[in-house]
Amino acid sequence: MYPQRIVTSWLAALLLAAGATAAHAQQLTIITSFPKDLTEAYKRAFETRNPGVKVEVLNRGTSAAIAYVREAPATNKPDVFWASAPDAFEVLNKENLLAKVADLANPAVPKKVGAYPVNHPGGFYLGQALAGYGLMWNTRYMKANRLPEPKEWVDLMKPVYFGHVAISSPSRSGTTHLTIETILQGEGWEKGWQQVLMITGNSAAVTERSFGVPDGVNNGQFGIGLVIDFFGLSAKASGFPVEFVYPSMTSIVPANIGLVANARNPDMGRKFIAFALSPEGQEILLDPKIRRLPVLPATYQKAPADYPNPFGGKVKAKVNFNSELSESRYYVVSSIFDQTITFRHRELVAATKAIHEATARLAGKKNPEAQKLLEEARELAFAPIVSEAKSKDKEFLALFRDTKRDALKTKQLTGLEEYWNSTARKNYVRAAELANRAAAMAR
Amino acid sequence: MSTRITWPQVAIAAAIGLFLFAFLVVPVLTVIYVAFVDGTGGFTLSHFVSFFHISLMRESFWNSLYVATLSVVFATIIAVPLAYFTARFQFRGALLIQTLGILPLIMPPFVGAIAMQLIFGRSGSVNLLLNDWFGFTLPIMDGLNGVIFVEAIHYFPFILMNLVVALNNIDSSMEESALNLGASGMRLFRRIVFPLAMPGYIAGAALVFIKVFDDLGTPLVLNVTNMLAPQAYLRITSVGIEDPIGYVIGVFMIVFSLVALWASALVLKGREYATMQRGYSGLAKRRLTPWQGVFAYGWIVLVLALVLAPHLGILMLSLAKVWSFSVLPEGFTLQHYATVFQDSPRMIWNTLLYCGIAAGIDVVLGTAIAYLILRTRVPARLSLDFIATAALAIPGVVLAIGYLRTFRGMELPFTDDLLTSSWLLLVVAYSIRRLPYALRSCLAALQQMHVSLEEAAENLGARKSRAIVRVVVPLMAGGILAGFVTSFMTAAVELSATLMLVTAQHDAPMSYGIYLYMQSAAGRGPGAALGVLAVAIVAIGTYLSHRLIERREAEKQSQPLARIEV
Repeated sequence: MYPQRIVTSWLAALLLAAGATAAHAQQLTIITSFPKDLTEAYKRAFETRNPGVKVEVLNRGTSAAIAYVREAPATNKPDVFWASAPDAFEVLNKENLLAKVADLANPAVPKKVGAYPVNHPGGFYLGQALAGYGLMWNTRYMKANRLPEPKEWVDLMKPVYFGHVAISSPSRSGTTHLTIETILQGEGWEKGWQQVLMITGNSAAVTERSFGVPDGVNNGQFGIGLVIDFFGLSAKASGFPVEFVYPSMTSIVPANIGLVANARNPDMGRKFIAFALSPEGQEILLDPKIRRLPVLPATYQKAPADYPNPFGGKVKAKVNFNSELSESRYYVVSSIFDQTITFRHRELVAATKAIHEATARLAGKKNPEAQKLLEEARELAFAPIVSEAKSKDKEFLALFRDTKRDALKTKQLTGLEEYWNSTARKNYVRAAELANRAAAMAR
Repeated sequence: MSTRITWPQVAIAAAIGLFLFAFLVVPVLTVIYVAFVDGTGGFTLSHFVSFFHISLMRESFWNSLYVATLSVVFATIIAVPLAYFTARFQFRGALLIQTLGILPLIMPPFVGAIAMQLIFGRSGSVNLLLNDWFGFTLPIMDGLNGVIFVEAIHYFPFILMNLVVALNNIDSSMEESALNLGASGMRLFRRIVFPLAMPGYIAGAALVFIKVFDDLGTPLVLNVTNMLAPQAYLRITSVGIEDPIGYVIGVFMIVFSLVALWASALVLKGREYATMQRGYSGLAKRRLTPWQGVFAYGWIVLVLALVLAPHLGILMLSLAKVWSFSVLPEGFTLQHYATVFQDSPRMIWNTLLYCGIAAGIDVVLGTAIAYLILRTRVPARLSLDFIATAALAIPGVVLAIGYLRTFRGMELPFTDDLLTSSWLLLVVAYSIRRLPYALRSCLAALQQMHVSLEEAAENLGARKSRAIVRVVVPLMAGGILAGFVTSFMTAAVELSATLMLVTAQHDAPMSYGIYLYMQSAAGRGPGAALGVLAVAIVAIGTYLSHRLIERREAEKQSQPLARIEV
């Protein structure tokens, strides 16, 4: 074949392909943070039911998906937004990026799960599945390291789990954001942060993606992970040697679906949302690779016997999640977590280790001076950097909520973050020193 | 050689220039521009000040430097003994070493990283065994260590290949004099051989440095985010395209690549001086003493084991039913391959299509630029070469950010699709990034062909275009094909730009698919299976290009005039 012809044929292919992309009359675009197993199943089911329709899936992390919708030009918005975190939808709704879909709600879906409304009261997004947060662990890892099975978040603060826990960061993972918020709301700001700091001090890693946690637990890198339920349930159903429990301090919240305002193909988007809420659409959630909790109570009759059912009382959630509160401090929580935990994880772990060691050394010994030092170390390492009063300060919250960043704001914000970061570092290093001194006194 | 400048020549040069300008120069300048302007368009350094005020950014900055430098150090430790064995000793392992030089390159490092996690990770095969036998574990894959380990194993061949060439080019009398004067062993190597081979080493080391600096997939897969490339990606995708810090990171990445390239060019300038008499003839290859033999083979076996680890790991993962907290997986299945062929044949097709088109564009541009440089006097023809080659220094992340910003909101003609969400942009990015490889290949091919062949065709009445199409291009075919294959297979495993430019799953190539699959428990097996398929495609490509190059070497010996069939 002459090169000339090669060139011509490539050019022809290029033109053909470009032409093919032009014909998209019946295209539905879904932007989602859900894994491929789930999106593929829905795509296939929806395309078979609607011949001629092409479902396009944009897979983004929750925060990247918000940024995508916000930045897409008005003529080119995706149709459906589908993600776990209700607060993400709150963010979108506040920015008027969602269209009303109240009429698509399936009437057979209960109004509330626990005290939490399944659908958005204003009708801008609908619960499509339910999600609780809990602990998953690798049974082989636990056996090899002789670790007891944890039941509650507070268990993870025990020294025995040091270096065996994994968690993701709320700024990267919407589901981790919910987990942290659940703890903060359940225990209160100060005590909640203290728990979060102690758990992350015991953690082997703060992973980049929310999936990094279950993945690490699945392959045995980590013993225990803080995860959203379906990560644990689907891994177990796929044959991995893992277990999952809901601690009592959990909340059950809906994973939502919504129609993007000014969507390109709103009719098809509405059709998809209705399908996802129909009995057929709900049944897909039971797939072993997916394992999410349906919002339609009738679907649980088709589920395996040990399937957790939040409507039947099998899962008890103590915390009534307040999504408005969560939304109001969304970026603050993420930023505090990143600055004082994610980016200072090494120092936090070192301080935690020193404190555990000193505690063990001093156990049963009467040494008030050493105990005092140790108390001081704990205070330094595990007290939140922002007080509860400050966390409610309107001006402070506004600084983080504004997405328009002029040079002055950027400077203010980076200055604050930098202050948290360096203070946290100083505190952790000092805490480790104090703990070591306390331990030395025990001799 | 005709000295007249014709209109078609100018038009072609202008068209190529326009393409490079629109898709390389403008996007890169946009990134630099945004990093230096404030909200109102005035010049400012405040973004850079902010950058250094954020301790995460400072940390990422140092981590990237640290990882790139240590990767070069470890790659050197692996490569230098291997290069020295092949070049200076009578040695049966030469073929093994050649294989070692290719094996790592056919697997994208982020795919290797997944497998390395299972073999060398916290509860990987090696550490489980170590813990069982000796009661300790090695933190090989923890944090930055893991990135360095994976990158060093992946990129050491660049140093190996360059160093072998450099060693073979050293004037043998230098070494002979040293031997005569009583130097031998380490002293000979340290004082004479290595300094003389320095240019080759620096060229390889600079390449390793640039590649590691630019790599986005490996740190992401290993959950390391406090480095520059992942930070650029995260800033732009989650904070948004307006965030100036992402652009500042881009500027740093460009600067470091340029410095590395500049350093290697600077050292290479001294090359003529170092080797007065090229070619390796006089000095007989030395025999290995038994002790040296043990070391040499021991080293090769060790490196071979390391190099094969990711390949075996990913193969096992693709066939494993469950692999969790155990040395080897339990139970094997072909199910994951079935899943891939059922769910994602589209991704395989996309890879073939995009990389095929990109490589096609590359060889067309490469051939045209080569012809303009060697056979015409079109003004600014050398700057075409310069700009096309400069793409080497532009990290994929930076190019992608530049595209997203430059073409923001722009729509494809005749549709209302966005250019930035179209796969065409991915193709353009691939073709720009791989153009330097194809261009070198085409230049070499054209250099080897004497101009008289073309002139003969014209004397016999062929028009210029006809002479080029019927004589020049067919004679260059070997080089063009080699360029095509190189461009194709390196584009097939690129993730840095892909991760940023892919919007829809439907349009995603395999490299993105592997990354995406790896985000769910049930997807690990299919992801690995897709990885194995990608490796297979690249391996076949590598084999083909080697065959082509060998054939070209053979053709060079024979009379070119005898083969003309016009």
